Amino acid sequence: MGLITNEFLLERIKQEFGDAIRVADFPYGMLTLVIEPSRIVDILRWLHEDSILKMRFLTDICGSHYPDLIDHELCVVYHVHSLENNLRLRIKAFIPVTNPEIPSATAVYSSANWMERETYDFYGVIFTGHPNLKRILNVDEMDYFPLRKEYPLEDATRTDKEDHYFGR
Amino acid sequence: MSTDIKIAQAPPGVEGQGWFATQLDKTIGLARANSIWPLPFATSCCGIEFMATMGSNYDLARFGSERMSFSPRQADLLIVAGTIAKKMGPVLKQVYLQMAEPRWVLSVGACACSGGIFDTYSVLQGIDQVIPVDVYVPGCPPRPEQIIDGIMKIQELVRNEPLRRRNSPQYTALLSSYGIQ
Repeated sequence: MGLITNEFLLERIKQEFGDAIRVADFPYGMLTLVIEPSRIVDILRWLHEDSILKMRFLTDICGSHYPDLIDHELCVVYHVHSLENNLRLRIKAFIPVTNPEIPSATAVYSSANWMERETYDFYGVIFTGHPNLKRILNVDEMDYFPLRKEYPLEDATRTDKEDHYFGR
Repeated sequence: MSTDIKIAQAPPGVEGQGWFATQLDKTIGLARANSIWPLPFATSCCGIEFMATMGSNYDLARFGSERMSFSPRQADLLIVAGTIAKKMGPVLKQVYLQMAEPRWVLSVGACACSGGIFDTYSVLQGIDQVIPVDVYVPGCPPRPEQIIDGIMKIQELVRNEPLRRRNSPQYTALLSSYGIQ
C-alpha cells in the first residue's frame, strides 16, 4: 500500500466536502483546513469511516482566541490521526465570540468529551450536544474564561507584588 | 562518660532530694517541641527539598520529627511545601480541619507563602488565604538548612506556647477569620 500524500488527502476531502472548506494550507508539512463550523461533525465522521483515510484517532481538540478577527474571534482546532496511514490532519473552525457554539464531536469520538470540556473551561466554547459540558480543570466557581485575551495573565490591580517590595 | 549526644535541657525549677518542681506549661512545651509529628503536604519542588531535609544528610529526626504522620489526626505540624492551586485550597483546608489541636502550620517556599512566580488565575496567592500560618520559609525552593531553621522556629513557638492560648478569644477570632468554627 502506497503512502497517502497531503495532496491526495486534500483532493479526497474536497470531493466530499468542497463546499465546506474555506482555506487549505500546508504549514510545516501538515494539511490544515479551515472549515464551516456547522459541518465539523459530518467531516469528522466521514474521515473516521472512510475506507482509505481511516482517520480513527482524535489527537487533540483545543481552542484559541483572536480578538482582532471580528466575528471569527474564537477558533476550535481539531487534530486527527490515521494510525494505519501514518497521516495527520488539522481542522480549524472559527466561530464568533458573541455566539460561541459548535456541534459536539462526542458522537464520533468518546475521547472528545474531556477535550471539549477543557476548551469550554478556558475559552467558553459551547459544544452543542455535549453530554456533560461543565468545567474540568478550573474551580467550579470561576465566572470567566481565563485564556480569552481580554483577561490579563497577571492581576493588574495587585499592589503586594510591586517591584519596590523586592528592592528592584 | 563523655558523649556528644545532646539531651534536652529541663526547664528552670526547684529541685531537692527525689523531687523537682517546675511549671506545667514549660514541661508540656518541652515534650511537645521535641516530638513534633509533621504532616508533609508536598505538591511540587519544595517537597523534594523537604525529602532532602528528612534524608540522612540533614536528618530532621535529630529534632524529634522523624515520625511522618500521613494521617492528619495524629499530626502536630502541617508542612505545606509547594504550589497550591485554587482547586487544591479546599482540600488543604480540609486536611487542616482534620488535625487535632494543638496544631501548627509551616509554609515552605515562595509558592506556599505568596503564590511565588505563579501570579495567575489558577494559583492560590499564599496558603494564608485559607488557613492560618505560624512560620513562613521563603525560597524557591528553600535549602534544607532553611527548612530546618523554620522547624526550629516552630519548636520555639511550641516550647513557649501558654497552655491557655488555644482557648483564648484572640485564637478563636483568628480561626473564625478563616471561617473555622
